[in-house]
Amino acid sequence: MKLIFEKSVPGRHCDLLPKCDVETVSLPESLRRDAAPALPEMSEVDLSRHYTELNKQVHGVNCGFYPLGSCTMKYNPRIDEDMAALPGFTGVHPLAPAHTVAGCREVLDTARKYLCEITGMDDMTFQPAAGAHGEFTGVMLIKQYHASRGDVARTKIIVPDSAHGTNPATAAMCGFQVVNIPSAPDGCVDLAALKAALGPDTAGLMLTNPNTVGIFDENILEITRLVHEAGGLCYYDGANLNAVMGVVRPGDMGFDCIHLNLHKTFATPHGGGGPGAGGVGCKEFLRPFLPASALMDGPGRIQVRSFAGNFLVVVKALTYLLTLGREGVPEASQNAVLNANYLMHAMKGTFTPAFDRVCMHEFVLDLGEFKKATGVSALDVAKCLIDYGMHPPTMYFPLIVHEALMLEPTETESKETLDWAADVFRQLYELGFKDPEYMHNSPHNAPIGRPDEVQAARHPIVRWQKG
Amino acid sequence: MSYVPSTGEQRQEMLRAIGMQDYRDLYRDVPADMILDRPLDIPEGMSELEVTRAMTAMAARNTVFPTVLRGAGAYDHYIPSIVKSVTSKEEFLTAYTPYQAEMSQGVLQSIFEYQTMICELTGMDVSNASVYDGATAAAEAAAMCRDRKRRVTLISAAAHPDTINTVRTYCYGTGDELRVVPMKDGRTDTDALRRMLTPDVASFYLQQPNFFGQLEDAEAIGAMVHEAGAMYVMGCNPIALGIMKTPAACGADVAVGEGQPLGMPLSFGGPYLGFMATLTKHMRKLPGRIVGETTDHEGRRAYVLSLQAREQHIRREKASSNICSNQALCALTAGVYLAAMGPEGLAEAARQSMAKAHYLCRSLTAIEGVELVYTGEFFHEFVTTLPRRDEVLAALEKAGILGGLPVDGGVLWCATEKVGKAELDRAVEIVKEVLAK
Repeated sequence: MKLIFEKSVPGRHCDLLPKCDVETVSLPESLRRDAAPALPEMSEVDLSRHYTELNKQVHGVNCGFYPLGSCTMKYNPRIDEDMAALPGFTGVHPLAPAHTVAGCREVLDTARKYLCEITGMDDMTFQPAAGAHGEFTGVMLIKQYHASRGDVARTKIIVPDSAHGTNPATAAMCGFQVVNIPSAPDGCVDLAALKAALGPDTAGLMLTNPNTVGIFDENILEITRLVHEAGGLCYYDGANLNAVMGVVRPGDMGFDCIHLNLHKTFATPHGGGGPGAGGVGCKEFLRPFLPASALMDGPGRIQVRSFAGNFLVVVKALTYLLTLGREGVPEASQNAVLNANYLMHAMKGTFTPAFDRVCMHEFVLDLGEFKKATGVSALDVAKCLIDYGMHPPTMYFPLIVHEALMLEPTETESKETLDWAADVFRQLYELGFKDPEYMHNSPHNAPIGRPDEVQAARHPIVRWQKG
Repeated sequence: MSYVPSTGEQRQEMLRAIGMQDYRDLYRDVPADMILDRPLDIPEGMSELEVTRAMTAMAARNTVFPTVLRGAGAYDHYIPSIVKSVTSKEEFLTAYTPYQAEMSQGVLQSIFEYQTMICELTGMDVSNASVYDGATAAAEAAAMCRDRKRRVTLISAAAHPDTINTVRTYCYGTGDELRVVPMKDGRTDTDALRRMLTPDVASFYLQQPNFFGQLEDAEAIGAMVHEAGAMYVMGCNPIALGIMKTPAACGADVAVGEGQPLGMPLSFGGPYLGFMATLTKHMRKLPGRIVGETTDHEGRRAYVLSLQAREQHIRREKASSNICSNQALCALTAGVYLAAMGPEGLAEAARQSMAKAHYLCRSLTAIEGVELVYTGEFFHEFVTTLPRRDEVLAALEKAGILGGLPVDGGVLWCATEKVGKAELDRAVEIVKEVLAK
């Protein structure tokens, strides 16, 4: 497919602006750029077709099944988009006088109230723009809390080895030393390892529950109690909240602060990588440490980005919450868990689950034995799925399972889709024994075959250059 | 209503298939005393029509000003119709990060094109796929400039206050020091900067045009920063870059900025877009996703998420940043915007913004009692004194005009290509009337 720059024709353009109706002024010579940027020169029809062509080579949730574990790729309702496009929201300047933005405040306050109720928290900020940004904000709450008490010896954050990579990266960005603790064989926290890691230098623990293998850690109250006893705080990574909404609350598990991924759990679309929104909730005692915007709220202790965050994403999440309401929220979680268990069950006799027990909203397949028997890897299977129009599951995560495929079907897939998916996996399982070579070379029907990533890293070409 | 497509009967069938009676069995690992024993205290769910009414009513409680003369980090530019039409395409909208290249060439190519456009705008060699906003881009840039010996970050007091606070927060995170270089007459005090460029300084951040709209002597400042052995980070307005000397030409090592003016509506502050670009020699320190070009086994051109060895999912606590999700759809927005405007359209938006702001400035300062506070060259923002400030702003508000932002010493005004001469004249007339009373 041609790049937009390769379609550019000198002199072509869209007519967008009127003639300037005031006297022009010039920049001083010393501040002018030497040459115009080589942006594409296109007519509107060129643009429309270019992006339509690109869009055809994108797999969205609207295209088909997207069981990308830990990413909660549920259907994104269209009404959410319509509400976020209301001029009454899009046309509001973030620094407009307070009495002219009552509607925006109501959106934020209402979403805050509902999400605090769902998570068992007392307050929440929507300034963080994504999950990892929420983690940063949450761990900064922990840092400020200890600092405010003069408790400066708490320099370590404990992270299980099954955690998302963002957890240790976040702890490091907040100036903490990361203590990685091994997981028990079932992927849950190894209590002995936790006890051994806890001490007067413990600032806190970062944990997701259900954990990254899709299992609810039944020792959770003991875990949070131990951390608190050692003087640390407990941070809840909300990546897996879709399993438990309206059933059990992080606040009731003993967590002090959390982040939510509104772009996962609360159905706002992911836009090919963002924008998300990483609302951070906390218990009352951490409220004084929440971020503020210098211009909107006056100086706060911390600020993690400009203004009030990805506001329109909150509009979408609130629209979703109003639609689901009291019954719909738990119904979503229950069906997310039902769908995961049903799909895991329907795949029995093919790929083996890494943990053969009831799962929450996602489960991990261990293709270790299958690979030994056939030579076909988790990557090969993932690439084969592309030919079926199914987005592959998350691969090689969590790190504690070696040939891992992690599936999260979400609640918005029907029984027919799950039956079909199980059937596809069965076919691939059988194909592995019959024609492994075919699988090594998959996908066969995608716009491209497997790209050469080594070449991309060794000889980086990261922008288009003329001729 | 929870968008669950399986019917009640199907759900029962599925439960039976897995040997369960009801939903409670699914949560058998959850300690019983922890399970919520009451319904959530949120309202009952609503139909789509009811939700539409409720949300529309909330939107109606905001005032949308037909004329916006306020900027201060969020700018009301004209957005071509093609922008929204492209970014609402459901595939672009609902895809995840393009981990599976074979299924995501469209997203990957659009990011590669965006990266190229940012390089063109800034004159830099390599751009990432975006970060959250201009303030976090500045903070990430400061982090990438620090090394073992040089730990101190300098920032100009004339930068956006949200940017200063955000950089300060990130510095507090890693335990590094931020020092704010004072300003003089609305611009960075270069004498103070020279004194503050000690051997422990990693980088200096300059905003161009600065928060007060003033144009800094960015090139001379760059030379001064480099002379002290520090790195130079410039925060730029991307519309101004249509006509203004590039950060690369000013000697910047890292160019960042708030990309909101490139086709994103004001939206009460977000989603916006942080752009971030650097020189080839610093490429492997750049945080975030980067799309690279390669080939597949048949030699076809292909795009992939590249240089991932820098990132958190590989490097964990040793990663250059924890960033994972970015603002991809906003980067797409910026790409479509820049392609629609083209080099000439972008330059025209910049020229007209500047012309309108200067016209507004001349007209306002012709009024008795309204004086220009900072007298240096400016782009599309400027500060004036304003007697009876609240009264004037209220009168403008009544007429559907969002006046400038109250700041220390006066009001920070902004004009873009979107406001016509008639609107500007009307605003000036209202100011005159109030002050004549």
